Amino acid sequence: MRVMVFVKATEDSEQGMTPSPELDQMFVDMGKFNEELVNAGVLVAGDGLKPSSFGKRVAFDGPSRTVIDGPFAETRELVAGYWLWEVKDMDEAVEWVRRCPNPMFGPSEIEIRPLYEMEDFADLIPAEAAAIHDGVGDKLANR
Amino acid sequence: MRHYPLRMAADATHRAIEAVFRIERARLIAGLARLTRDVDRAEELAQEVLVIALTEWPRSGVPDNPGAWLMAAAKRRAIDGVRYHAMRERKHAEIARELDEERDMSAEAVEAAIDDPLGDELLGLIFAACHPVISPEARAALTLRLVGGLTVEEIARAFLSNDATIAARITRAKKAIAKAGVQFEVPRGAELTVRLGSVLEVVYLIFNEGYAATTGPSLVRPPLCGEAQRLARILAGLMPEQPEVLGLLALVEIQASRLAARAGADGRFVPLTEQNRARWDQLLIRRGLDALDRVEALGGSDGPYALQAALAACHARARSAEATDWQRIAALYDRLGQVMPSPVVELNRAVAHSMAFGPEAGLRLVDEMADAAMLRNYAPLPAACGDFLFRAGRREEARAAFETAAALTGNERERDFLLARAAACSE
Repeated sequence: MRVMVFVKATEDSEQGMTPSPELDQMFVDMGKFNEELVNAGVLVAGDGLKPSSFGKRVAFDGPSRTVIDGPFAETRELVAGYWLWEVKDMDEAVEWVRRCPNPMFGPSEIEIRPLYEMEDFADLIPAEAAAIHDGVGDKLANR
Repeated sequence: MRHYPLRMAADATHRAIEAVFRIERARLIAGLARLTRDVDRAEELAQEVLVIALTEWPRSGVPDNPGAWLMAAAKRRAIDGVRYHAMRERKHAEIARELDEERDMSAEAVEAAIDDPLGDELLGLIFAACHPVISPEARAALTLRLVGGLTVEEIARAFLSNDATIAARITRAKKAIAKAGVQFEVPRGAELTVRLGSVLEVVYLIFNEGYAATTGPSLVRPPLCGEAQRLARILAGLMPEQPEVLGLLALVEIQASRLAARAGADGRFVPLTEQNRARWDQLLIRRGLDALDRVEALGGSDGPYALQAALAACHARARSAEATDWQRIAALYDRLGQVMPSPVVELNRAVAHSMAFGPEAGLRLVDEMADAAMLRNYAPLPAACGDFLFRAGRREEARAAFETAAALTGNERERDFLLARAAACSE
């Protein structure tokens, strides 16, 4: 199964990165951890995200679209980085996260969310919707 | 009442221990196999320390470095075993005095065995499990057992075999390794090239058994593909300088990207050119193309796996079937036919030429195939001929070819597809 692993933001991470010996060490530790993930065949993709001050949001309400510039409040709910992992189950994902070096200087959180798989959609999407989905695919493919 | 708190906590700890064990098992066996020179004993020791962990960790908590803990516990048992056997073999009391020295030496050997920052031991185990003294099928079973951590039952299910057959196959393979005195080391120099070929062959065999299920009711068996992908990713992580390892990785990533599109909603086979490309997994395609770029940077584009990956990439890059660069595909098959000559490659080369230069070009190449006799019972040959004949307007001959192909295939879904094509010839 695939899981998305989110490193949640902190006040620190929202300030951006300033060079320091501690940051250097964190990069070294994180590099080793990433290498372990690669060598175990677990890591599929991953990246760090810039602070939300670089981000934008688009709010939807009926026909209206409103663009909101960052930074955003509710820091703890923001994402500072992500991995995409291939694991056997959630227990294995949790065990790998346990092994992750501290991703932030202070207290922080990592959240693991399983991706929907093909089988999940089989029961979820009605046949007509699936047909439309496929039709869109055909159009895209034949463009 | 299943969900009272105490039981839940115990279950959670057990699940955590099992997850730790799944992650550590292959490395544990690898280190222990190198130490004991006995893969059976290594597996036993690994199992024994799992039992110890299951008793101790719920009380003490999961240790900070569970891998090192498990290895240390296994090493203690291994040394006890060494002492016990030494005692039994040499019953003289005076020799017992030497044992302390011997134990110290063993302890050093064990320390060395734990230290595996480069994953060298895991690689050594993979190379041993894929040793050419064992048949490719047995290599696949042993690799899935030792490295993939699959149970005998899971492997039997994956290969649509029965438990007893697979268990016997694994036992024979282990005996063959022991008898041949196979070292659990990564081979060097010229031997590496030969032995690496044997490893890659096993990974691709596992992948293909999942991707193009040769027997049984379902067209694909994604779990086997997943195991092969994981093995290829591990190998690419541990041997990043080997172009053919990256070539194989690129090949399986790109082919796996089409798994969801290969079977229609009713389970029927959907040929590549008719697949809904929106269902191709773009993440896997990107990973495959990245790996292929690395192959090129290493100057390995002419390797058999690299060429096959380049072929798969041609399809992956095409936005639609019509946009496929068949001339490049034909040229790549020309090259592959030289690097890795085989009747199957020749057949695919004929198909590519028929797409690039017309059905007559395909028929001409099939006629020229000197080894066609070897393919007498190979369903894809008459299936391809049927397609060339159909496109050349020779409907009667095409129908006969499709019917021959349908009679030869062992896969029920494929048979339906071929019979449908035969029926379409009379329309």
